[in-house]
Amino acid sequence: MGLTYQSVGIPATREMFNVKVTDNRSVIALAGNPNTGKSTLFNALTGLRQHTGNWPGKTVLQSKGSFIYKGREYTVVDLPGTYSLLANSVEEQVARDFICFAKPDTTVVVVDATCLERNLNLVLQVMEITEKVIVCVNLIDEARRKKLNVDIQKLSELLGIPAVATAACTGEGLPQLLDLISQVVCGDLKPKPKLVHYSSELENAISKLEPKIKEVLGAELNSRWVALRLLEGDKTLIESLEKFYSQEMIKATREVLA
Amino acid sequence: MSCRASLGVLMKEAREIIGICQDEVRHSIVNSIYQSAESIAAGTVSSKAGKNMDWDRRIDRVLTSPVWGFPIMFGMLTVILWMTITGANIPSAILAQGLFWIEERLTELFIAVGAPAWLHGFLVLGVYRGAAWVVSVMLPPMAIFFPLFTLLEDLGYLPRVAFNLDRFFKGAGAHGKQALTMSMGFGCNAAGVIACRIIDSPRERLIATLTNSFVPCNGRFPTLIALATVFVGSSAASMSSAAAALSVAGLVVFGIAITLLISWLLTKTLLKGIPSSFTLELPPYRKPQIVQVIVRSVLDRIIFVLTRAVIIAAPAGGIVWILANTMIGDTSILAALAGWLDPFARHLGLDGFILLAFILGLPANEIVFPILIMSYVSGGVMMELDSLEALRRLLVDQHGWTWLTALCTMLFVLCHWPCGTTLFTIQREQRSWYWMAVAAVIPTVVGIVVCITVNYLVRALGLI
Amino acid sequence: MAGSKTLNQLPVGSAAVVRRVNAGGIMQRRLLDLGLVPGTRVEAVGRSPLGDPIAYNIRGAVIALRQEESSLVLVELES
Ligand SMILES: Nc1nc2c(ncn2[C@@H]2O[C@H](COP(=O)(O)OP(=O)(O)OP(=O)(O)O)[C@@H](O)[C@H]2O)c(=O)[nH]1
Ligand SMILES: [Mg+2]
Repeated sequence: MGLTYQSVGIPATREMFNVKVTDNRSVIALAGNPNTGKSTLFNALTGLRQHTGNWPGKTVLQSKGSFIYKGREYTVVDLPGTYSLLANSVEEQVARDFICFAKPDTTVVVVDATCLERNLNLVLQVMEITEKVIVCVNLIDEARRKKLNVDIQKLSELLGIPAVATAACTGEGLPQLLDLISQVVCGDLKPKPKLVHYSSELENAISKLEPKIKEVLGAELNSRWVALRLLEGDKTLIESLEKFYSQEMIKATREVLA
Repeated sequence: MSCRASLGVLMKEAREIIGICQDEVRHSIVNSIYQSAESIAAGTVSSKAGKNMDWDRRIDRVLTSPVWGFPIMFGMLTVILWMTITGANIPSAILAQGLFWIEERLTELFIAVGAPAWLHGFLVLGVYRGAAWVVSVMLPPMAIFFPLFTLLEDLGYLPRVAFNLDRFFKGAGAHGKQALTMSMGFGCNAAGVIACRIIDSPRERLIATLTNSFVPCNGRFPTLIALATVFVGSSAASMSSAAAALSVAGLVVFGIAITLLISWLLTKTLLKGIPSSFTLELPPYRKPQIVQVIVRSVLDRIIFVLTRAVIIAAPAGGIVWILANTMIGDTSILAALAGWLDPFARHLGLDGFILLAFILGLPANEIVFPILIMSYVSGGVMMELDSLEALRRLLVDQHGWTWLTALCTMLFVLCHWPCGTTLFTIQREQRSWYWMAVAAVIPTVVGIVVCITVNYLVRALGLI
Repeated sequence: MAGSKTLNQLPVGSAAVVRRVNAGGIMQRRLLDLGLVPGTRVEAVGRSPLGDPIAYNIRGAVIALRQEESSLVLVELES
């Protein structure tokens, strides 16, 4: 038996994140490791003054803002910084749930250009949940100062998703980022994430589980990703599913009755 | 069948399929992801730097060295305070002169239109003056301290503070990141309480929340500074601001010691437990955008203080005026209340007016001192209070303050109930009235104990 | 296997390769997330003034770990 809810258009679960749901408004999530400049980027995009600071964990409140680009309105959500999305801490769960259940139209993963390898860990994890990902290589000015060169073109190819280099505090690269965001949101640009291959043992198990997961969840969540979570025994995901979908089904029923 | 149940079944199935233990699956997943990340990074990043000398490491070696780590922290704090003290003097005086010039014009205006004395009293001597005091006495130090603090934060110094102090916090059974939330408390205790969210373990988060107000917030520093300048700094003029800064910095260290002590006591009593895991990233130092940071945080403070002057200080001024001018028999309500509090306050080394000012200042710490001055002034002669010398005359000559009164007041500024905003924030964060009450009671009890001890000790030793 | 130690025994300034994380459950997950997977090169970069915690360079980021955590990580000294 599957979920009766079929997603058409905007996911109604978004409302549970206090994100205003309207037709011509797109939602963008800023994810990334702690201290990579997400809030600085958020401020640059929205003109707001979210607090920033050079220590990991500065942002603990999920803040929202909006901007208009080429006639389209965007809501930006500044997620707390996390090293991974494996739900080991509250922040990780918040970030994961937002990406999973609010289904942002684009998730921008902000990474630190001076420390790319460590940051790619999160990018690869986000790519497993959603295809609509852009990687924003921030702090490019710092990398330049440290004489590091990041080949953005190559990075984009290897990951299969759009990439852009920025320096959020000077505004460098912002126009390109905005352009990429609007292209991904409109569907002009379709990222084709190149996913991580796991051991053959795991890959086998995944392929056995995937069809069954599709039966239960339909196309709600990426079944490969759910299979991985089931395999590693992540109970927080089941809790979140319950929380977001049962409430939503209750709401849907109410609407029908009314 | 609910989605939970069906996924539960699937999870069981998953376990059967894979056979190995789930921890190992996690291991293997993380491993594969990191391997991919490694190879992608290897393919995209190239370093042109030769043997690049790592400045961050060198700076860290000094800032976290066994010899220099702590002195530098203390020195940094003292320097910031010293800059605040010396920098705030002149703007304070100018603001005071300007605002009291306006007050005189307002008075003339009220007389010219023949307004009743009570209206003039309430609006000008109460509401206007309350706001004027807050703006002139409190704003300049706040608008200097805060940007300096923000610069340090942007530079990346705070995580080093946490790194240095962690051993103490571990000893107290608290989380290492409490040093970070404590540092945020210097800006504003309510912000510090919100920052406690970075602490995962509920027990340690609560400890950090309950002890956050033991570091003086931005709204309390000006009071400490003013008292230190009047009572410590007056001896040697050239060294005066340095001495005042040192004594306030000493007081902050005392506050940190109290934080650790209370955290330790909480771990042993109300919030038993062992410290949870601690990992802290030490980010690279970054050059802050100095001009932008300064402009932004100065504006931020000005708007903050002005808003609070209007919504909190002005009404508080009005209330103080009413209390000071409503007579029961031959004393005002204010004097009666102060008289009633006086015996108790004397034990603490304070007087009734001081304690009353703290109580009336519950909504915001920055109005405590202005309220005190207003209630002192409204009882007796009118005077121009545009210099520290005048303040000194008011406190010492007219109200019998000694250095012990000043010391006890400063200690009580450091340890008393958190301001209304902070309490409200604690209630919201913890979703508990109980913990909010505990957060108010703990520092109050500490403050009372500390003040009584110091007061009686000093007297017993015959130091005064 | 001559140079096998736990991470907290690693002298400041020297580097080692992670062999195993001797923890289970959430603790293991956290340490893994920090990048302490087997095969990772770790360098002890500095001690705090009182000796604990110690800061390590793990995959490009400097991360401070208390004794309690670092003693769970088995490493092999680089020759
Ligand atoms: N040089 C440089 N500094 C930057 C850039 N972007 C951000 N910063 C600085 O990096 C620090 C961290 O920025 P934040 O925006 O607070 O980082 P965050 O990702 O929101 O961090 P958390 O909220 O802790 O997850 C701040 O001191 C910023 O001023 C950039 O592109 N170049
Ligand atoms: Mg942030």
